[in-house]
Amino acid sequence: MSEPSTSYGSRPAPTGSAFELFAWLFMRLSGVLLLVLALGHLVIMHLINNVGNINYEFVAGRWSGELGMFWRGYDWLMLMLAMVHGVNGLRTILEDYLRPGKRRTLALSALYIIGIAFLAVGSVVIFAFKRVV
Amino acid sequence: MKVALRIQRFNPDTDKSPHFEDYTVESELTDRILDAILQVKGLTDGTLTLRKSCAHGVCGSDGMRINGRNALACRELIMNHKQPIVIEPMKGFSIIKDLVVDMEPFFNKYKSVKPYLINDEAAPAKERPQSEKDRMKFEDTTKCILCACCTTSCPTYWADSDFVGPAALVAAHRFIFDSRDRAGEERLDIVGEKEGAWKCRTIFNCTDACPRGIQVTQAIGEIKRKEIFG
Repeated sequence: MSEPSTSYGSRPAPTGSAFELFAWLFMRLSGVLLLVLALGHLVIMHLINNVGNINYEFVAGRWSGELGMFWRGYDWLMLMLAMVHGVNGLRTILEDYLRPGKRRTLALSALYIIGIAFLAVGSVVIFAFKRVV
Repeated sequence: MKVALRIQRFNPDTDKSPHFEDYTVESELTDRILDAILQVKGLTDGTLTLRKSCAHGVCGSDGMRINGRNALACRELIMNHKQPIVIEPMKGFSIIKDLVVDMEPFFNKYKSVKPYLINDEAAPAKERPQSEKDRMKFEDTTKCILCACCTTSCPTYWADSDFVGPAALVAAHRFIFDSRDRAGEERLDIVGEKEGAWKCRTIFNCTDACPRGIQVTQAIGEIKRKEIFG
């Protein structure tokens, strides 16, 4: 007979954690929000403005004008939601297809480190930005 | 007329891994696939091993993978399938012999959701009445016959055998939404785990496979909604 499956016996010990519930809910809510934010971004960047006109001046102007904080907030929210949504999606896939063990730990660690690094760099750029020219 | 079958065989005493063998039987197109398999067993090779009991889609013994889709062999007509009809055991469980798989993990998952009425209030003199509306909330999930066609069609289950699986979630749904039951919260805790309802990726294979037509994915969706909104 082939090897018995890992679940032989009963279900895994309960964790009593609501993390998966919130992760699931977050994916739905962030998905809907991203639809609005990302489509808005697309319309502004590609339909209202010609791609040829989008340069340093355009972004710097948007971030330092009267509505500067609004646009920084808009971009930061989009960055946060897209990163966390994407990282959580990849986490789901990795946990589905990699069995618990070294390879999974390694892949998940790499994912979280890259995710946090991008979030940090993006946040610094958005909030520490000072117009130089 | 002649019907071509390609059946996956595995004998644990002599084989290292499963292989396919081709068979041809004389059958009517209006016969069921189970009839064709039983002809192979009866007339060609008596060592072919499979489970079947009632042969009328009620007991749920002869769940198997037919041309890539899980079904009960007793409910599938030969004329509705392309030949050679490929017959495999259900995927995700270990094979005991030929088409017989080890269902122990399946029943352990089923038991883990406490699939029985729990109500320790004093028994009423006559009965525990239930309105028609309340009953309809779980009507669909009462139809399960535990054939395991759903759980073994679930890619999430194939990849992660710790996943409780659609059949156990259907059983949980049947009692969570029963107004006479008092252990709904306890069951919501059990299936609200990472390896419970949240592991469902709404792939819908279970709903496709269910020979009783249970809307499995919808039932899991209702559990998720209950987990969030109470």
